[in-house]
Amino acid sequence: MGGAKAAEVVLRLDGITKRFGSLVANDGIGFDLKKGEVIALLGENGAGKTTLMNILFGHYMADEGTVEVFGERLPPGHPRAALAAGVGMMHQHFTLADNMTVLENILLGTGSLLSTGLNVRAAREKVEKLSQDFGLSVDPGAKVGTLSVGERQRVEILKALYRDARILILDEPTAVLTPQETAALFETLRRAVPLGLSIIFISHKLNEVMSISSRVLVLRHGRLVGEVATANTDRHKLAEMMVGAEIAPPRLAEREPGEALLTLARVTTAPHGNAPGLAGVDLALRAGQITGLAGVSGNGQSALADLIGGLEVATGGSISLYPAVSGTWSPRAALAAGIARIPEDRHKTGTIADFTLTENAVLETYDTPPYSRAGWMDWKAAENFTKTVIETYDVRCPGPAARIRLLSGGNMQKLILGRALEKAPRIILANQPVRGLDIGAVTFVHNRLIAARDTGAAVLLISEDLDEVIALSDVIHVIYEGRLSPSFPRGSKTSAEIGIWMAGQGFEGDAHAA
Amino acid sequence: MEILDILLTASFWAAAVRIASPLIFATLGELICERAGVLNLGIEGIMVIGAFAGWMAVYLGTGLWTGVAVAMLAGMLFGLLHAALTVPFGLSQHVVGLGVTLLATATASFAYRISLPEVTSPPKIAPFQPFEIPLLSKLPIIGPAFFAQTALTYLAFILIAVVAFVLYRTPLGLALRAAGENPAAVEAQGLSVTAIRMGAVIVGSGLMAVGGAFLTMSAFSSFFFEMVNGRGWICIALVVFGAWRPGKAALGALLFAAFDALQVRLQQTPMGAVVPYQVFLMVPYIMSILALVLMSRRAEVPAALMIPFNKGER
Amino acid sequence: MRLEPISDPTALRRFGLPAGALVLTVLVASCLALLAGANPFATLGLILKGAAGSKFALLETLNRATPLIFTGLAVAVAFRARLWNIGAEAQLYAGAIATVLLGTGALPLPPALLLPAIALAAMLAGALILLGPVLLKTRLGVDEVVTTLLFNFIMILFVSYLLEGPMKDPMGMGWPKSAALDKAARLPRIVDGLRLHWGFALAILAAVSVWVIQTRTTLGYEIRAVGLNAEAARFSGIPVGKVMVKTALLSGGLAALAGFSEVAGLKGNLTLDLSPGFGYTGIIVAMLALLNPLGVVISALFVAGVFVGADSMSRAAAVPTYIADILTATALLTMVLALRLTHTRIRWS
Repeated sequence: MGGAKAAEVVLRLDGITKRFGSLVANDGIGFDLKKGEVIALLGENGAGKTTLMNILFGHYMADEGTVEVFGERLPPGHPRAALAAGVGMMHQHFTLADNMTVLENILLGTGSLLSTGLNVRAAREKVEKLSQDFGLSVDPGAKVGTLSVGERQRVEILKALYRDARILILDEPTAVLTPQETAALFETLRRAVPLGLSIIFISHKLNEVMSISSRVLVLRHGRLVGEVATANTDRHKLAEMMVGAEIAPPRLAEREPGEALLTLARVTTAPHGNAPGLAGVDLALRAGQITGLAGVSGNGQSALADLIGGLEVATGGSISLYPAVSGTWSPRAALAAGIARIPEDRHKTGTIADFTLTENAVLETYDTPPYSRAGWMDWKAAENFTKTVIETYDVRCPGPAARIRLLSGGNMQKLILGRALEKAPRIILANQPVRGLDIGAVTFVHNRLIAARDTGAAVLLISEDLDEVIALSDVIHVIYEGRLSPSFPRGSKTSAEIGIWMAGQGFEGDAHAA
Repeated sequence: MEILDILLTASFWAAAVRIASPLIFATLGELICERAGVLNLGIEGIMVIGAFAGWMAVYLGTGLWTGVAVAMLAGMLFGLLHAALTVPFGLSQHVVGLGVTLLATATASFAYRISLPEVTSPPKIAPFQPFEIPLLSKLPIIGPAFFAQTALTYLAFILIAVVAFVLYRTPLGLALRAAGENPAAVEAQGLSVTAIRMGAVIVGSGLMAVGGAFLTMSAFSSFFFEMVNGRGWICIALVVFGAWRPGKAALGALLFAAFDALQVRLQQTPMGAVVPYQVFLMVPYIMSILALVLMSRRAEVPAALMIPFNKGER
Repeated sequence: MRLEPISDPTALRRFGLPAGALVLTVLVASCLALLAGANPFATLGLILKGAAGSKFALLETLNRATPLIFTGLAVAVAFRARLWNIGAEAQLYAGAIATVLLGTGALPLPPALLLPAIALAAMLAGALILLGPVLLKTRLGVDEVVTTLLFNFIMILFVSYLLEGPMKDPMGMGWPKSAALDKAARLPRIVDGLRLHWGFALAILAAVSVWVIQTRTTLGYEIRAVGLNAEAARFSGIPVGKVMVKTALLSGGLAALAGFSEVAGLKGNLTLDLSPGFGYTGIIVAMLALLNPLGVVISALFVAGVFVGADSMSRAAAVPTYIADILTATALLTMVLALRLTHTRIRWS
């Protein structure tokens, strides 16, 4: 943007520090945002980006430091003050009420709560004008619950614009978007800048940061570790700043794939809420091979994971396990068939927060010897198993009797990993296994998965992070609206080419029919 | 057909409307609470305290409308207790609700006993009298059924429209519905989820208490310990039956009241001689359970119902 | 204001706050006494004396605690699995009906087998009563709070019908009550001459059994897992629906034992006022005990003491016996708050 020297500072953060117990989430962070500027805030999961923005917006109170908007200091802990000062925030999780219309969501909290009516007509006109100016097409009368993810995000942006926001903060806005929706979002942001808006764009995706921002701030372990003009840097340098050192990608030794341990043939399942079910999926998981599943989230990944994990049964097609299992398909049947599962959400489905480590460690095996006999638990055996897992998988914890809620995400994941892998499974279902973990834990989990593959297990790796899928997989499938691409052997496709499949191209002619 | 004969009398419909009135107040009250995300199981006890407080005020010499206001205040006080424990502290809405019901019921009994230690038969007050609305009350069947009721009944029916208007046509209603669906949406717009939810519970409890007061001030003119007799729980079922919409819930209350009025009349028919009266009395409760079963498949529960919201939680 | 969790509360918090709740409850009691025109200290003293001041008072408290232990256990077991069984009252009456049906000569069994058979039948009856609402919950997603609550009212009417119809005592001079149990179907007294029956011992045994089930068996593990995180339980292969049903059978059975023990141990027949709300009070008992089965015994004794003491006090002073209900409800609300504050800190903004 031209005229940088004269550009007015619209936002200034100074010395922001925030602690959660012993964890320092933000450590003396300060920077300026100028008018018409797009800043990218880059950092790994857990680097403190979201915390910082929540302080700026008044959701959290900083322990130290100040926030100034247009030269005025914001009172801490008051989202209303931030809104009034012209700050609009797009949260990672949409803050929309599904049972209300788009217009109602936009109007929420705009006027005085005590006024007796809503000026719906004037509001609708304003929303329609904003939609046009910024290229945000959405039906104001539609119930939010019926909208697609991309449309919901447009509503979030409209909400901020309706309130005349001058500063937009977008927290990981592209995590749930298709590449086209991402492109449309970037187009909107590019239109907004000349109209005088300033933008903070939070992400951990380097290519997006390179494409949209004019300046990059890098956060690591709660500290601001770098600040560069985007023009003067590249992805490599940013990656290094983000993680602190060049990280060696995991190494996969060449290996002949073995027999197919699990085969799906034209399998269909019921839809998953708003997400599609599987629509005629062919898939073979082979021994000694990591199969990666790439795709934008919400395209049927959870349907596939639930099917293999035993939580769901197919409505069509056939599934063959080698050796075959009989009886109804259930989580127990899956476990008995030697399928180990690392669930997508370790807090909600992977562990029980108020159970001890021991109780969590036997969650999948509590009703089998040696942990129980004839309905009676053997807690000594369970504790011994837990101690083994703690040692082998380097779980940092006060002890097996501690409640698991006290553990960090990484240590929780290590316990889940140990619980799953100690049974020497034949098939491993790893759904987003490193989401939200720090680099050390990520490397640990990846190495364990590779080790399992090297000893002959069939691994299915589901991840939203394409780089992770490419680095770890022997073969890759792309999932799109419940359909699976053909398998791409390691190295046969660039990430750009896979990205095209993720956007749904290549599926048009129905790859299976060809 | 006795049933058909009964259904065609005006007095039957008048009774149905009368029986529906307290249920409408309390159902609207519960609906407001639940729309904001709080299940209020204090309803049964709050109706009792409302029945007692309104009646006591009038017994001590205040006007009838003052009595209604006293009942409402008493209900709001217990609503405040419920809200303070469940909203900012996020305590179990089941436990607190039942606790409030026990506390309110016991408080009414205790207060009744210390104010009237000697009485054996419950004293009466002069309750609201029905008044006929000119012209409308002359309509056949509908006239005597709907337009020759007491003022409190008219108020109940007006409230249906008021609550619906507030919920769907005002900024406050938007905020309230959003608080029950996704409190983060309310928080993100700089509004206080705590304030909205507490307000909803307090106002809703006030309405429940007026529903209770209807029993002593418009229906029976005396206070008995067992007089609410599960009506509060029935109202909770009615909210579900009405899919959390004021109009539908009130319609449910009316339908329910019609069945109740019908069972009373059927007891007087030859059928009543064969079937034990207890079976008739079970009808309202069985109906409520059936209503819940019927609605279970397509219930549109507010998404954040019973989920506490803690500002700034990670 | 916002709440922040404390992972490791200090001893002051852990003991001071519940003690504070108790003090607050006593304060409320004093105010109520004042309101009724009585001396608070004298009133509290009379309650204490009435609850535990003599051998007679103590036995009375133990007798009153017996059904409360059963209903408290019923609620504690169910709430552990997040099964909101508010229908212990109905299940209690189901147990009582079964006891009368089988205890008035219908079962030609030797005395040694008769009582256990009746107790089992009573448990079965209570379990069946809860089965309906639970199946509605697991199959159709119908909220069990309201259904179990409404069942209480249906059950009372059913009992009223039975007592005026098929089960009416022909010698009852027109009163709605059942015939008296046979001698062999009565629970004997634990010690001759002392008014305390074996129902109390059975209650203690039930509490210990529930504790063993919860801590030592796979079922107990399943119940706790389902209650704490049903989604994770389902993911791990725990059959959530089946566990709910098993929990319901256990809970309903325990509540029914209250009815069995009241009829067979204390009253000898069934009347409409068999339970002055033991089913509802069981909720308070269970919550005060933090759903711990052994704690249920202690809290049942406390709650029973308050009720027995208040009954005796109200005969001597002008304070209505309803003070007991207010006290227990207050104790419940202040205690849940105190426990929340033990593990969280309030931050004002």
